Amino acid sequence: MLLIRCPYCGERPEVEFRHGGEAHIARPADPATLTDEEWADFLYMRSNPRGLHAERWRHVHGCGRFFNAVRHTVTDKFLATYKVGEPRPAPEGEL
Amino acid sequence: MSNPFRLALGGRIDRKRPLSFSFDGKSFQGYAGDTLASALIANGVHLVGRSFKYHRPRGFLAAGSDEPNAMVAVKRDTARVTPNTRATGVELYDGLTAESQNRWPSLAFDAGAVNDLLSPFFPAGFYYKTFMWPAGAWKRFYEPKIRAMAGLGVAPKEADPDRYLQRHAHCDVLVVGAGPAGLAAALAASDTGARVILADEQSEMGGSLLADDQGTIDGKPAGAWIAEALALLGQRDNVTLLARTTAFGFYGHNHLGLCERVTDHLAAPDPKLPRERLWQVRAKQVVAAAGAIERPLVFPDNDRPGIMLADAAHCFVTRYGAKPGSRALIATAGDDAYRAALALHAAGVEIAAIADLRETVTGPLPEAARALGLKILTGSVVTGTRGRLRVSGATVAPAKGGAGSDIACDLIAMSGGFTPSLHLHSQARGKLVFDAASGNYLPGESLYALRSAGACKGVTALADVLADGFVAGTAAAEAAGFAAGSPRSLAVSALDARPGGFAGALPHGRDPNKVKAFVDFQNDACAKDIVLATREGFRSIEHVKRYTTTGMATDQGKTSNINALNIVSAALERPVPEVGLTTFRPPYTPTTFGIFAGTARGDLFEPVRRTPIDPWAAGQGAVFEDVGQWKRARYFPVGSEDMEAAVARECRAVRSAAGIFDATTLGKIEVVGPDAAEFLNRIYTNAWTKLEVGRCRYGVMLREDGFLLDDGVVGRIAADRFHVTTTTGGAAAVLHRMEDYLQTEWPDLDCWLTSQTEEWAVIAVQGPKARAVIEPLVEDIDLDPEAMPHMSVRLGKILGVPMRLFRVSFTGELGFEINVPSSYGRKVWEAVFAAGQAHGITPYGTEAMHVLRAEKGYIIVGQETDGTVAPDDLGLGWAIAKAKKDFVGKRSLARAEMRNPTRKQMVGLESAVLLEEGAQIVADPTAPLPLTALGHVTSSYHSAVLGKPIALALVSGGRARLGETLHVPMPGGAIAVKLVSPVFYDPEGVRLDA
Repeated sequence: MLLIRCPYCGERPEVEFRHGGEAHIARPADPATLTDEEWADFLYMRSNPRGLHAERWRHVHGCGRFFNAVRHTVTDKFLATYKVGEPRPAPEGEL
Repeated sequence: MSNPFRLALGGRIDRKRPLSFSFDGKSFQGYAGDTLASALIANGVHLVGRSFKYHRPRGFLAAGSDEPNAMVAVKRDTARVTPNTRATGVELYDGLTAESQNRWPSLAFDAGAVNDLLSPFFPAGFYYKTFMWPAGAWKRFYEPKIRAMAGLGVAPKEADPDRYLQRHAHCDVLVVGAGPAGLAAALAASDTGARVILADEQSEMGGSLLADDQGTIDGKPAGAWIAEALALLGQRDNVTLLARTTAFGFYGHNHLGLCERVTDHLAAPDPKLPRERLWQVRAKQVVAAAGAIERPLVFPDNDRPGIMLADAAHCFVTRYGAKPGSRALIATAGDDAYRAALALHAAGVEIAAIADLRETVTGPLPEAARALGLKILTGSVVTGTRGRLRVSGATVAPAKGGAGSDIACDLIAMSGGFTPSLHLHSQARGKLVFDAASGNYLPGESLYALRSAGACKGVTALADVLADGFVAGTAAAEAAGFAAGSPRSLAVSALDARPGGFAGALPHGRDPNKVKAFVDFQNDACAKDIVLATREGFRSIEHVKRYTTTGMATDQGKTSNINALNIVSAALERPVPEVGLTTFRPPYTPTTFGIFAGTARGDLFEPVRRTPIDPWAAGQGAVFEDVGQWKRARYFPVGSEDMEAAVARECRAVRSAAGIFDATTLGKIEVVGPDAAEFLNRIYTNAWTKLEVGRCRYGVMLREDGFLLDDGVVGRIAADRFHVTTTTGGAAAVLHRMEDYLQTEWPDLDCWLTSQTEEWAVIAVQGPKARAVIEPLVEDIDLDPEAMPHMSVRLGKILGVPMRLFRVSFTGELGFEINVPSSYGRKVWEAVFAAGQAHGITPYGTEAMHVLRAEKGYIIVGQETDGTVAPDDLGLGWAIAKAKKDFVGKRSLARAEMRNPTRKQMVGLESAVLLEEGAQIVADPTAPLPLTALGHVTSSYHSAVLGKPIALALVSGGRARLGETLHVPMPGGAIAVKLVSPVFYDPEGVRLDA
C-alpha cells in the first residue's frame, strides 16, 4: 500500500485516497469553440507515460481536498505532492 | 512407546514432554519441539503422500517451508480442517490429528497410481491436447473428472469458526528472517535505539543455527549464542520479536504483510486468542535475511520416499534427533552435503557412499569426511533408484558414462547447492543480477528501502553471514536516522562449504523419454516435460512454466525454478540470463483468506445504513431489500400477502387515498454561498439563476461526455442556499464530482458543499389525501395549492420540530416530502401515520414506489440509463437550458451523433404478459439469426391500477415508432409489444396539481 503525502494532512496510507486521473488537464474555458476532435482530445486522450506522471488525488477519507502528485509509474515513488493551482515541479534526478 | 529412529541425545526436542498424535488413524508418539515431519521420521514413517498427477508415493523432501511433497490435512474438528499443510511446518501438539491426501482407498495402495503406468499418455500440456472434444464435454465431464483425480486436499464445508485479527505496526527496521544474518541485523539495528521488528516463520528463531552442530560463535555453541542473542533482544523495549510469523509479501512503499500463526501449535487454544493475526507493517527500512533453499538433484526416480535434501536430512538429525534412515547414500554436487554425511555418520547412520558430481573434491568438509573413512565416489551421479514405498537402493555411475553399480540404501540425501531466496527483494521490484560464479541470481540494486543480508545475498560462510547481518542492520538503522554504535565482530569457527553446486538435469545415460527425473515434485513435472515444451516451440520461461506447470504449485517452485531454468537454458542452448526468470509473487507461502478478511465477515462484512424509521418498518413486518449499503423497506405485507398482492394494495392506496414512504436514503447536499446558483448552473443542465426562493426544480446532471449521471429535485431555500437531492446510490459520487469541479476547475466560485444525507429524515406522503393528512400537524406553512403549488419548498414546523416541506411527487399524485432532523424522524413518522389513519394512509415500500413512478414514465438512473443515455433519449430535452453558455456535458450534446434519429429513445410498452427486464426487442422474430436488437426492456411491472402489465424500454428511433408493434423473443416464444408513450397514467398531470 502506497504512502501518500497529502499537502494538507501529511503522510497517510493509500486507502484514505482516491485517484483522480491525469493532472493539469484544464477544462477548456469555452468548450463550444472546440472542434469535435479537440473536445475528444480533452475528454479521452491521456499521456499514460512510463515514468513520471502528474496525477490528481483526493484525500477522500481525510480532509476531502484534491491535490496533485508526480509519481513514477514504474516505481510508484512520489517525487512530490502539491496543491491545486501550483505548477508541476520540475523532475529532479532519476527515480 | 518408542521412537525407533530417535537418537538418545541431542537436538532441540524436549524428551521429558512426550506428545501423542495420529496420522491416518494410527497413533504415534513424538516430543515437544518436534514437527509432524520430524516425529513421523523418528517413528520410521516416510510415506506421507501421493503425488498430484501420477499418484506416486512421496515422503519428505525438505524440512521447512520449501517442502513440496509432504502435504497433509490437520484436523481439530469437522470445521477446523486445514488441508495442504506442509508436515515440515506443523508443530506437534498433544492429540494432533493429521491425514494424508490425494489417495484412495489408502496411502499404501492408491488406485490412482495407475496414472503412473499410463504416464506415457500424460505428456506436458496433455490437458490441452487431449480434452478437446466434443465441445462442451470439458465443463461437464473432463474437468470434474480431472479435478477428482488430481488435486490435493479437501476444504471443509463448514464456515471457519476461528477468529482472525489484523493490526498495523510501524518500525524503523523490519528484519525478515532470524537466522544468523537476521539475528545479527536485529542486534545491530536495535543497538542504535531504532524500533526493530524481527519476524521469522519458524516456531523458534535461529534459522540454520538451530541445526548447527559444528560451529561456535564467540566461543559458544550456536545454540547457546542464539539463546543469548534472543535474550538480549527480548529485553529491549525497542524490539518486537515475532516467531511463527511469515513476511509473505512486500506491497509498495515498504508496506509488508506478515502472517502470525497464534494458536495452530497449541493443543487447547485459549478461545480468546485469534487463530492468526495479520500484521501490516510500514517499515522505514527492511532487512531481508531470508536465507537460501537447497536444490534437489534432478536424476531418474529422484522422488521416492527416503530421498530428501541433504540439508533436510542434516536438520532432522541435529535439530530433532530423528534419524531419516539407517543406511544413507549422499548424492551431491557441492560441499554442503558433506555436513549431512558427517552428522548422519555421527548419529550412527551408515554412510554407504558419497556420490559427488565433481571430479576433484577438496576442502574442509570433504576432508573431514575422508578423515572418518567415508567412501567418496568422485565424478559420479545417481542414474536410477528402486523401492516402491521407500527407496531401497540406487545405481551410481560415472557422470561421463559407463556401467553403474548398485548401492543398497534407505536414505538418499541430495544437494545441488543453495538458491538464495529473492522473494521479498523481487517483490519490492529490486533488480536481480545473475552471478556466473555461483550460477545463482543475486539481489541487485533495490528500488525501495530494502537490503538483503546473508545467504539470500549469496553470502555463505558463517562468519561472513554474521558480519553481513551486522553491516545490514547498522546501515538500515542509519538510513532510518539513527547513529550507529561501534561495529561488532565475533570470533567464529565453522566448517564452511566452498561455493559450488549444480542446476539442471544430471546425465544418466538412459532413454530420456522413459525416465522420470522430477523437477517440480508437487506438480509432477519432470525434466523431459520441460525439454518437450522447448521442442514444441516454447521459448519464454514464463510460457514453459505455464505449459508444464513447473513452479505453479503451492510451493511456487521454491525447490524447482532454478533447475527448470537451467534445463530450458540447456535445451535452447542459450545462457541462463537470456532465458530470464519467472516473477516472484506474493504470498511467499500459502496464506489463509481468514487474515485478509479479519473481522470483516458476517454482520461486520460491510457497514449497514438504516434510517430512523427502519425499526418502525421492521415492526410492521416490512420485507427489506439492499440498496447499496442501505436497508430499505421493499413492501409491507398484511397477513399472508405475497409481494405482488402487497404491492398492488399499496399502489391502489396511493392512487385512491394516501401512502407514506420512507425516502430518507435520498442523497442530500446543501450548496451554500454567494455563487451557489452559478455553481449549479455549471453542474446541471438546468438554469437556476431565476429559480425563486421557495421553488424546486427537477435537475439533470451529465458527465462531460453528455450522458446522464444523476437526477434529483433541487429546492432553493434562500438566495444563497440550495437543498440538492440525488439518487440514493449516486449521493457519494455526485458530491465527489461537485467537489472536483469546485476545487479544481472553478476555485473562484464562492460556495460550499455539505453532505446532509444523514441529517434529514424524509417522510413522503403521497396521494389525493396527502394534504388532508399533514395539514393538522403543520405549523407556519399555508398548504393551500395557490400558496404552495407543486414543486415548491417551505420552511416551517411539524409537531414543533423544524421542517423543510417539499411539495414534490415521484408518484404522479399530490405529494409532500417532510424533511425533519433525523433524530425526530421516527416521532414525526408515527404522528403522520396516526393522523393519516382517518384517511386510509398506507405505508408503501420501494417496490410500489417503482411501479408508481413507472406508471408516470419517471426514470430511475441506472435502470433507464446505463452510461450511454443522453437526456433527449429519455425525453428530458426540456430540462436543458439551451441559452446557457456552458454546463458540464453541453459540448458533447452538440455532437452530430446526439441528433442521430436511430438513437435509442425511451418508450412505453404494452404487452399481454409481463416482460422480463433486460429482454431484447426485435422487429421480426422469425427473421434469420442473428436478429438485430432494436433495444431492450428497462423496467417492467404489473400495474394493479391500470390492470395490465406495463414496461419502459429503450428502442432505436422509439419516439417515431409509437404505435408500432415489435417483438420480445423469449425461450417460450416471441411476445408482441406495442410501443406507446411512457406516461401510462394521468398523462395531463392534473393529479399533481390537486
